[in-house]
Amino acid sequence: MTFYAQNALNGLAYGSLLFMIAAGFTLIFGLMRIVNIAQTAFFLIGAYIGLMLLHAGVPFWIAAALAGAAVMAAGLLIYRVFLHRYHADELTALLLTLGFALMLDDLALAAWGGDPQSVPPPPAFASSVQLGPLVFPAYWLTLIVLSALVAAGLRLLERRTMLGAVIRAGVDDEEMTRGLGINIDRAFYVVFALGAFLAGAGGVLGSPITGAYPGLDGDLLPLAFAVIIIGGIGSLEGAYVGSLIIGLVSTFGKALFPELSYFTIFVPVAAIMALRPQGLLGRKR
Amino acid sequence: MRWVVALILPLLIGASGPAWSASGAGGTLRVGVLIPETGYLAAPARFMREGYMLYLAQHGNKLGGRDVQTFIGDTAGNPSTGLTQARRLVEQDGASVLFGPLSAAVGSALVPYIGEHKVPAIYPIVSADDLTQRRTSPYIVRTGWTSSQTTQPLGDYAYKTLRYRRVATIAYDFEFGWQSIGGFVQTFQQDGGTVLKETWTPQTTNDFSPYLSQIPRNVDAVVCSFSGSTAINFFRQYKAFGLTMPLVCQGNATDESTLAATGPAAIGVVTALHYSAALDTPANKAFVAAYQKAYGHVPSYYAEGTYVGAMALDRGLAAMHGDLSDPLAFVRALRRLSIPDAPRGAITLDSYGNPVENVYIRRVEQTGGALANVVIHTYPGVSQFWTYRPQQFLAHPVYSRTYPPCNGCGAH
Repeated sequence: MTFYAQNALNGLAYGSLLFMIAAGFTLIFGLMRIVNIAQTAFFLIGAYIGLMLLHAGVPFWIAAALAGAAVMAAGLLIYRVFLHRYHADELTALLLTLGFALMLDDLALAAWGGDPQSVPPPPAFASSVQLGPLVFPAYWLTLIVLSALVAAGLRLLERRTMLGAVIRAGVDDEEMTRGLGINIDRAFYVVFALGAFLAGAGGVLGSPITGAYPGLDGDLLPLAFAVIIIGGIGSLEGAYVGSLIIGLVSTFGKALFPELSYFTIFVPVAAIMALRPQGLLGRKR
Repeated sequence: MRWVVALILPLLIGASGPAWSASGAGGTLRVGVLIPETGYLAAPARFMREGYMLYLAQHGNKLGGRDVQTFIGDTAGNPSTGLTQARRLVEQDGASVLFGPLSAAVGSALVPYIGEHKVPAIYPIVSADDLTQRRTSPYIVRTGWTSSQTTQPLGDYAYKTLRYRRVATIAYDFEFGWQSIGGFVQTFQQDGGTVLKETWTPQTTNDFSPYLSQIPRNVDAVVCSFSGSTAINFFRQYKAFGLTMPLVCQGNATDESTLAATGPAAIGVVTALHYSAALDTPANKAFVAAYQKAYGHVPSYYAEGTYVGAMALDRGLAAMHGDLSDPLAFVRALRRLSIPDAPRGAITLDSYGNPVENVYIRRVEQTGGALANVVIHTYPGVSQFWTYRPQQFLAHPVYSRTYPPCNGCGAH
């Protein structure tokens, strides 16, 4: 019983971490049809910037916000100069973001070196919590709560604000939205910025779990893809549910069938693709 | 990068002259150094480069009496890139000796090429057991260690001195993890110990929580084998998830290249390796002081490894009076070498081309504001075959996921 409870918590925490990446990924793809391969590289850069700020004595949460802002600025630059021309041209945009992912990777290596870095959680959350027979790091619990709050906030944004209405309209029918005289390009910028911010800040928030090292982005990318496929491309709720599913499946997979841990996460992916290609909460296009 | 350009530029300018082989006794010695300067192994690779360069700088850029021109090939830790780079170093840059690489996968991929082209090679770091056991090459000399060479004494130490009787293991799910754990299991079980569970984790694991939940809690100690960022994450999460059993690990896990980043989570971990920067001998103190002066940080085993590799190359070449025209004779001379004054202690090479050297049992302690691998016991003159006769040792299969069989798995 302890074993299952422990791994359920582990899985939720890992899924929460994945949501920080998947949220931006799904928003950007849903609205702009850009598969942003650089999303996990944003996460990595965010983690490194956060680490730099932490070393300079900046408090953890502020470091996360600042790193998010810095990555957002970089993301906006990339979008303004290159990507915005290709938002309907999926293959070109994909290759472009792949190129940026590789460049960001090498930039990170040049700037911060290859030393694997580990990031301490904020001091107030550095201890472990005793839950009956379970011992669980307090920070991981915090991350579960935090990620749920972010998901709720994003949902509010999507459902209850004017911007959200524009985004939903753009996801459904971009041409018609334009035809109604709505400046959807502005929404593109906002969504790309938001996605980059989430990934950058998520990099700092997730780094006490993942650490920061060259190649982290490549390790996370397949998981992010799996989340999107399961949840449904473009669906925020789908991204949250998908993240938790992938977190739980990969955790229980590793704990119960360690020999198969390389592909347990792709079992639900394959099942979804066969039975419900649009994803759990995605819509048919 | 600038110094690579500085090394390569004169070559480009000089390339208009007649091409000539540099393998004879006179002239400049061209050394092809293979290290993963980019990619996930870049951090230890930096130490490899520094160790090699320090030795050259201390010896007036001469090895075996000949001026040295160094060419760097970046393997990126990838076997096919490594092979391409080795080709480039030998066929275009005219390297007459290869030096490196880091990863066992690259090291193994180079073996056929080295044999075909009869290029002598020094392996200062690669530790894949069979390179000097069941699949030896007459052109390769290893100046480092085998993966199980350090953990065979560790298993013995854990049973006899630490008096552990029941352990569980957790390690990388590839060659290095299998072989280093295999060495421990072999001697620990032979002494009378029981291994209750073996857990293997994929190379890219950063979230250890599902694996930690599988480790039985009723053991005297947990045995681990990790390196780099994986080791950092492992130690931190082991502590965060409330596991309190003592840790006994292969020494790469607390290598000086990652020890500071691991932080307090590593304190108290007992490890085995053929080197420690905290080793209290005159030879090592001189090396550490020179290294710190040159690079501003303590060396790791990777740095000492290439330093000693360069030392072996220097002395082997000197024994041949600088003549490399017969690569086999050169390799034989290297294997006859004994190096009494290496930072890690005295080294001799066995007839399989692997060092016989001290293995140090270290414990991570806070000394003078920094973490260090303090040596608590020395196994002197340890062979890759431990105390077995080579023929007896080689009759067994190479250590793997399933060999030696774990004697208590499924019993708890």
